[in-house]
Amino acid sequence: MEFFNAIVALSNFVVIPALAYGSQLALGALGVTLIYGILRFSNFAHGDTMAFGTMVTILMTWWFQSIGIGLGPLPTALLAMPFGIVGCAAMVLLTDRTVYRFYRAQKVKPVILVIVSMGVMFVMNGLVRFIIGPGDQRFADGERFVITARDFKTMTGLDEGMAIKSTQGITVVTAVIVVGLLFWFLTYTRTGKSMRAYSDNEDLALLSGINPERVVLVTWLIVAALATVAGTLYGLDKSFKPFTYFQLLLPIFASAIVGGLGSPLGAIAGGFVIAFSEVTITYAWKKVLVYLLPESLEPSGLVQLLSTDYKFAVSFVILLIVLLFRPTGLFRGKSV
Amino acid sequence: MNPVMKNTALFIAMAVLLLLTGIVQSWNSALLILNMGLISAIMALGVNLQWGFAGLFNVGVMGFVALGGLASVLITMPPVPEAWAAGGPGVLLGLLLGAASIGIAIWAYPRLPKGRVRVLGMGAILVIGFIVYRAVFDPAVAAIEAVNPATSGYLGGLGLPVVLAWPVGGVLAAGAAWIIGKSALGLRSDYLAIATLGIAEIIIAILKNEDWLSRGVKNVIGLPRPVPNEIDLQNDPGFVSTAEGLGLDPVTASSLYVKFGYAVLFTIVLLILLWLAQKALHSPWGRMMRAIRDNETAAEAMGKDVKGRHLQVFILGSAVCGIAGAMMTTLDGQLTPGTYQPLRFTFLIWVMVIVGGSGNNLGAVLGGFLIWFLWVQVEPISGFVMDVITAGMAEDSAVRAHLLDSTAHMRLLTMGVIMLLVLRFSPRGLIPEK
Repeated sequence: MEFFNAIVALSNFVVIPALAYGSQLALGALGVTLIYGILRFSNFAHGDTMAFGTMVTILMTWWFQSIGIGLGPLPTALLAMPFGIVGCAAMVLLTDRTVYRFYRAQKVKPVILVIVSMGVMFVMNGLVRFIIGPGDQRFADGERFVITARDFKTMTGLDEGMAIKSTQGITVVTAVIVVGLLFWFLTYTRTGKSMRAYSDNEDLALLSGINPERVVLVTWLIVAALATVAGTLYGLDKSFKPFTYFQLLLPIFASAIVGGLGSPLGAIAGGFVIAFSEVTITYAWKKVLVYLLPESLEPSGLVQLLSTDYKFAVSFVILLIVLLFRPTGLFRGKSV
Repeated sequence: MNPVMKNTALFIAMAVLLLLTGIVQSWNSALLILNMGLISAIMALGVNLQWGFAGLFNVGVMGFVALGGLASVLITMPPVPEAWAAGGPGVLLGLLLGAASIGIAIWAYPRLPKGRVRVLGMGAILVIGFIVYRAVFDPAVAAIEAVNPATSGYLGGLGLPVVLAWPVGGVLAAGAAWIIGKSALGLRSDYLAIATLGIAEIIIAILKNEDWLSRGVKNVIGLPRPVPNEIDLQNDPGFVSTAEGLGLDPVTASSLYVKFGYAVLFTIVLLILLWLAQKALHSPWGRMMRAIRDNETAAEAMGKDVKGRHLQVFILGSAVCGIAGAMMTTLDGQLTPGTYQPLRFTFLIWVMVIVGGSGNNLGAVLGGFLIWFLWVQVEPISGFVMDVITAGMAEDSAVRAHLLDSTAHMRLLTMGVIMLLVLRFSPRGLIPEK
């Protein structure tokens, strides 16, 4: 019994939140890694792209809510997400046409593109704050829990409850569907294959008659979709605030690099590595240990390795360790 | 028009902008912009040293600026003897033990046989080190934070003169830069960017959470200043009669006098650093740095120590940012870790360098002044623009209220647009590198 209580406490406070957070990071990191693979630069504006897509989704959600359209137990935001994706795609295509294409034609060094993306970051950040304001926005509705702690206790008769928020469930399910679609697209469709070819060897791909502008266009569309989905899921699960999305840049980049920049599989693995380490290292283990250890050995403190405010430090240290010992990441990404 | 004349004209135009602010708004706000402009110019000089001279992509400026701020607390605030007695030695011992376990791990790494033994050995050293460190460190911290938590609850500083804090801020930032550079400088440019971004966030997290060090988010206020207090001046009959002789009201006069004092001090620091940076740029060392920046492989083939030089210039640039950070905290009179935001303290400095002209010290300085001026003035300007746009709308229109509320966010948008325009149409900046 004690053992099962420990397992339940562990999944309630560590495994489930980390799974949801990891899926959000993985979706974000997939966007970063695709841009890196095809356009060959680290996009500093990615956090703000996520914020922009989420903002459009939120505005549509509010409109749907005001005219009484909903999905019953599911959040209305899922219905608004396609509109968010369209809005975000329009935005990134506009920036690509007005900003990035010029530098692509000049074949500038990647670091110049990074600096350019800093400018785009400012503009997008300003736009988002201008339109929706810098404050917190909550837009989740529908059922709050798939299973509440009390139901779980009565069901199993354990002392520990396990709650699964519906946003956590939706996050994981959506992430699985989106990632499945993405891999199907990259592996089996003609466009997906040409994208991979372009990422592997640009010159060879051009020689085989692949249209680079088309590849870039499709990449931006996919990135916009991934960013909006990631942003909306994060916003549903926690809350939407432009500054938080900007700060997500660090764990997202850490995930992409840990997995290996340019490798989609790596981005997913990296997202979960970062999420699980952040949550386990900042979790107070006392609750779990109390069940597992004999009474004489019970810890007096919280057994928290680091306070939650240091979660950035965790993703950063993992990033550094990977870079020092395996510079191309876990899944052998590219190193331009 | 030759470059010297053009540059002089640009700086004169900048001075005219400040004078106009003085005439149209108030001399107080003109001096306020000037003071922060001087500090921004120093930060831009530091970033220019790294990016313009050596092509190092540092987006952790915020961290070094904050370390400079920490230095001004640690140097100038009076020590808290009760806190030292309660936990001073414990904290120091804990930190030493922590550092020692990392040192042992680094020492042992190459000496342990490869494979499982090394992994387990390193794990054991680090885990035991961490437990010992926490066991010594935690009670000491708790003891310190229990000493008058409302007013102190930290170790305090050394109670030394303020001006000393500025070079110490530089040294502190240089120390952090050495550690970062040792571990991250070998990485490619975008990896270095992410690494520095992360370090800056960590430094801010430490400042926010380690209450024993600088009171965390409870802030340290009332830092000693290198110039007299306004109140003292207002109570000084000599000063009051001089001010009245000039036709000024003593309150305004005292505030102007104090700001002017800061401006003089900051100008001296800026001129010294600018002179040093110009000397460095035109020395054989500066030429070598640019050679490394333009072609690392060729420079290495010529026998230049690329890694060593990169580390050197990274430390120097970060130290300059640290000095500016210490000066800024002195100007504010308080250390508020909650206010450090990457957009303001890292990316804005980058806009300054890009707009001014990377690789040119004068350009960085001009960019510092100009962008800071715009950062402050965009808000009133866009407020005015919004008033004009919304003038035709109904009083109670929701769109109108939203537009008027949002003027504060126009600065980010404007900075981004300026940066993108400069990168597109004048990528070498206002004063290009020679």
